Amino acid sequence: MNAKLEKLAASLRVILGDNLAGLVEHVGEITIDVKAAGWLAAAKLLRDHPELRFEQLIDLCGVDFSAYGNSEFSAGNWQGKRFAAVVHLLSLSNNWRVRVHIFAEDDEMPMIDSVVDIWPSVNWYEREAFDLFGVIFVGHPDLRRILCDYGFIGHPFRKDFPLVGNVEMRYDPELKRVVYQPVSMENRVTIPRVNREESYGA
Amino acid sequence: MPEIQNYTLNFGPQHPSAHGVLRLVLELDGEVVMRADPHIGLLHRATEKLAEQKIFLQALPYMDRLDYVSMLSNEHAYVMAVEKLLGLEVPVRAQYIRVMFDEITRLLNHLFYVGAHGLDIGAMTAFLYTFREREDLLDMYEAVSGARMHAAYYRPGGVYRDLPDTMPQYEAAKMKAHSAKAVADMNANRHGSLLDFIDDFTRRFPTYVDEYETLLTDNRIWKQRTVGIGVITPERALALGLTGAMIRGSGVEWDLRKKQPYEVYDKMDFDIPVGVNGDCYDRYLVRVEEMRQSNRIIKQCVDWLRKNPGPVISENLKVAPPSRVGMKENMEELIHHFKLFTEGFHVPPGEAYAAVEHPKGEFGIYLMSDGANKPYRMKIRASGFAHLAAMDEMARGHMIADVVALMGTFDIVFGEIDR
Repeated sequence: MNAKLEKLAASLRVILGDNLAGLVEHVGEITIDVKAAGWLAAAKLLRDHPELRFEQLIDLCGVDFSAYGNSEFSAGNWQGKRFAAVVHLLSLSNNWRVRVHIFAEDDEMPMIDSVVDIWPSVNWYEREAFDLFGVIFVGHPDLRRILCDYGFIGHPFRKDFPLVGNVEMRYDPELKRVVYQPVSMENRVTIPRVNREESYGA
Repeated sequence: MPEIQNYTLNFGPQHPSAHGVLRLVLELDGEVVMRADPHIGLLHRATEKLAEQKIFLQALPYMDRLDYVSMLSNEHAYVMAVEKLLGLEVPVRAQYIRVMFDEITRLLNHLFYVGAHGLDIGAMTAFLYTFREREDLLDMYEAVSGARMHAAYYRPGGVYRDLPDTMPQYEAAKMKAHSAKAVADMNANRHGSLLDFIDDFTRRFPTYVDEYETLLTDNRIWKQRTVGIGVITPERALALGLTGAMIRGSGVEWDLRKKQPYEVYDKMDFDIPVGVNGDCYDRYLVRVEEMRQSNRIIKQCVDWLRKNPGPVISENLKVAPPSRVGMKENMEELIHHFKLFTEGFHVPPGEAYAAVEHPKGEFGIYLMSDGANKPYRMKIRASGFAHLAAMDEMARGHMIADVVALMGTFDIVFGEIDR
């Protein structure tokens, strides 16, 4: 870890205090875990604290951890919560980045506080994570689907959503309109997902 | 007199200035936009989900199809993310080739921008001029990768192959549309290597940029349509997540090539243009100047690449394929080749975010691996997504015709926004 990252890590530890659930440094990037309950407060500090000053929210995306470590032949062993929002922040004044994980407490009804009042750029990203993963951002002013079709059912990026989807669309000549019906094709795996022992390929 | 109510207008998804498939629901008071609600997703292909089902190498060509106006820049972010997780060293020559092709890509993108933005708001001519130069640039793509657009040229660990020694030649058409002399003229600068052709292009290019500027920069109509339109302050630009020329047009000096240099950008000599007023016109000027700076970078890369031969892809056979000859003569290399193209390489568990200064802004790939031969999660951070999200705020209070100017200035391409 170089001096700059160490300084950032130390500042994050001090400033975020109890809301910080973990801090990892990997490939020159710092990832912090923030408790869902303290996310709003932590976000304000991340943006406004003079030692951090993350003015720009670059990205927010959902992650579904339920299949972590799975392969075609064996199941993984993920013990943690299922859904997380991953936020990438950038500070132009300090020229550093940080990645924040916020795990939603409830796997059935994942809810995370919206930070749209802190970084307005998060508006569409939260809509996207809601659309694709079904994570509900509490306090978002306009939580609609964004990428999927109007009236789409399900959250397609969840790991239990099949790649080929659940419904297909065709034109029905008798009804003279487009109808939805269950998919007729099968999910085809050309190269199986393989997860080997730790040192493989190193 | 009855009170006139606001009415709603559907703009797109089939409209020439919608740059593809944007459905824009505009709430209008007369001709003034009160609210703009972009509906996106008509081109959503779930690239990120598809990548989860493919080995790392197979996800690479999807990158070309994101922002299909700047193909290799997208690939660059992806290979950088994979390399970061693998801890892979890239040969210097490959880094120079990547930087050179990133800048060629920037020219491709900005030429498209100047042409299309002009076309959107009534300046037909510039489009014809910019597409003349795009033809030469696409020929460079073709010479190096075999494809004019979807190159799939970068690889984790380097680039697919070294620069070719010959350029493809024009041939006389069967219909005899061109005389033998016309064909010879078209081939005049194609007799040397690809580097000779690029070098020749960098010499010609500054005068071409002057031509576009003659057509637009002092054009009264162009200025009436762009000056003072879509003004955004530096503070709002930061808050709205704008990047690239959108933020530099507002006077924020921020360019990843300078501030967080990757590959060999720290060895390059170039300047970062910034705007003053943060309107469409300043962003246009920034992009035009960026073309001139890109030309400088390409020139420096050509000079270096001429003098320094060397490997262009990592020699780590766990990631990069062995040479064709080696594969046929050596058992070990045959096994490596077989494993690499059936099972693919495994990436150690962890997560990485790699960002490049894409022609449109910051383009990043967030890659999470659980140690398998396929990504666990890949997120594409497309700059256009954040720009379009700012549409509502920037369009309010403008006339409906200015919405078209705004879309031109965002330089939106739906391949990357909808992913």
